[in-house]
Amino acid sequence: MSILKSREVVLGGVILLLLAAIASRFPGFVAPANLARVFTDTSPLILLALGQMAVILTKCIDLSVAANLALCGMVAALMDGMGVPMPVILGTVVAMGAGLGAINGALVWGLGIPSIVVTLGTMTIYRGSIFLLTEGAWINAHQMSDAFKAVPRQVIGGLPVMAWIAVGAIAGVAVLMTRTPLGRAFYAVGGNPHAAVYTGISVGRTQFAAFVLAGALAGLTGYLWVARYAVAYVDIAGGFELDVVAACVIGGIAIAGGAGTVAGAVMGALFLGIIKNALPVVGISPFWQMAISGAAILAAIAFNARRQGPGRIILKRAEVRT
Amino acid sequence: MSHSPQPGRVIPDRLTSPAVRALKSWEALLAVVAVTIFLLNAWASPYFLDPWNLSDATFNFTEKAMIAFAMALLIVSGEIDLSVGAIVALASTAMGVAMGMGAPTPVLVAVGLATGLACGAFNGALVARFGLPSIVVTIGTMSLFRGISYIVLGDRAFTGYPASFAWFGQGYVVWVITVELVIFAISAVVFAVLLHRTSFGRTVYAIGNNATAARFSGIRVDRVRFILFLLTGLMSGIAAVCLTSRLGSTRPSIAAGFELEVVTIVVLGGVSILGGSGTIPGVVLAAFVLGLVTFGLGLLNVPGIVMSIVVGLLLIGVIAVPRLISKLRT
Repeated sequence: MSILKSREVVLGGVILLLLAAIASRFPGFVAPANLARVFTDTSPLILLALGQMAVILTKCIDLSVAANLALCGMVAALMDGMGVPMPVILGTVVAMGAGLGAINGALVWGLGIPSIVVTLGTMTIYRGSIFLLTEGAWINAHQMSDAFKAVPRQVIGGLPVMAWIAVGAIAGVAVLMTRTPLGRAFYAVGGNPHAAVYTGISVGRTQFAAFVLAGALAGLTGYLWVARYAVAYVDIAGGFELDVVAACVIGGIAIAGGAGTVAGAVMGALFLGIIKNALPVVGISPFWQMAISGAAILAAIAFNARRQGPGRIILKRAEVRT
Repeated sequence: MSHSPQPGRVIPDRLTSPAVRALKSWEALLAVVAVTIFLLNAWASPYFLDPWNLSDATFNFTEKAMIAFAMALLIVSGEIDLSVGAIVALASTAMGVAMGMGAPTPVLVAVGLATGLACGAFNGALVARFGLPSIVVTIGTMSLFRGISYIVLGDRAFTGYPASFAWFGQGYVVWVITVELVIFAISAVVFAVLLHRTSFGRTVYAIGNNATAARFSGIRVDRVRFILFLLTGLMSGIAAVCLTSRLGSTRPSIAAGFELEVVTIVVLGGVSILGGSGTIPGVVLAAFVLGLVTFGLGLLNVPGIVMSIVVGLLLIGVIAVPRLISKLRT
């Protein structure tokens, strides 16, 4: 009974049912090689959902992640065009993504501007900056070096590097969330900001840290995205920020902050990724994709609303006296 | 989203005179910004002051502002609707389907408005009846509504609307005054009266400041929220009629990204995203500011994507600068 109460278990069950339903008509979909491909396809969504999860836990939201991804991806492609070695490119995109996240975080922390307003603004600024860098030009596959394109596709132990990076990030963020003071602070700040202040946690600094984490992951994903699809242009990952928030919501991350798990975020992303990959296989027109993911989001929040209990209580809510 | 407690509608200091208070208000700041940009535009381009040109400039904000008025009330009440662009698309698609069946113009308009109301009712029911957070509900319905448009339309477009339908988006009432501008002005007045001169408007502020207290003082919070979503749906339907008529076609990607521009207008207009404060005159001025900025940059041949940088900087700057100044003073 208590197992059924866990969102992650229920969501895991839903994903297995979904896979079983697809497999009943198209057994090839659940072949290990295809599942590995689906996981690799979903890796960008997983990486961004992990960062977004940290931000949402602290009662904020980051609408600029997709623009951050696109800007860092474009910078990576431009650096490759100038012959910069790969390790430098990787270091730069992660640092740059973190820097862009830090701008969001600083505005939220220092000036107390609501995160939805800040990231709405930086979203358009970051994406517009790509145009300033390139004047709208595309960078195509033949303009990228082989080394640049090879990294995410390199297969190690049956999985491409891109998938391994997602696995590493899942493990890293899981440790961060459950085993470090910063992880506890994310939950504490979202669960009860006033109590967090009295226990000596800086709410603003914790939110800042969450934005930096989300930004760094977005920067890294920017390189992976551009290298894997071997093209960079202004509109890359346009509208992807909402997929990322959707993945978190489906995964049971409470939009009011303070509740949610890494497993939930990953499974929310996988759920959307499986639907996206399965539609062409089962012969449904891709035009159905948006409506289906929209219905899935609504079903997920309706389901989550029925079980109000907080995920991980770090700081208890004060008793309400009436 | 951020957690700092919000003062909302602050009781003004008795010692400062009304005139001084008016000059210090957000609306005054926006008016100064609007006039400055207007003068800059007039100085930068000799074509700007041409009446026909100014008339064209209004299309930069009329449709979005119509939705922004209803959205302002929704945000004052502490909710948000991110599905408005998708509602416009679905209403436009429904009108396209009706046109395919040979419906005359009045029926087309009715279909557009009814679709908007139905979408608003769907959002409102989910938020008010089941108590779900509106930001998440409307991210879901945004995909759902636009998804239905994609299912219906695929990669096609509906064109060939009747000539009389063109009046809403392309017609003029007198000389250079467009039908859209008149609808914009009427809805501005209606929403200003509704928010600032009726008891309904006061309940909207009350809910935005403290929904629990409002409930305990006898306000039917859920019903007000439902009505606000209905209004936003209706205004999106009206905007869909205007936009579809102006473009003369429906594509599933119509009004893409509208929701963010509408929220930008509302927030720039001084409405607190956390609820409880804001005015309709502020939203009107913000619509002017954004319309003037985009049109002025367009006259200077600045590409659209660069305009979005300016809009983003404006949004953050206008909100950050006063906070920065007050922070430096203390």
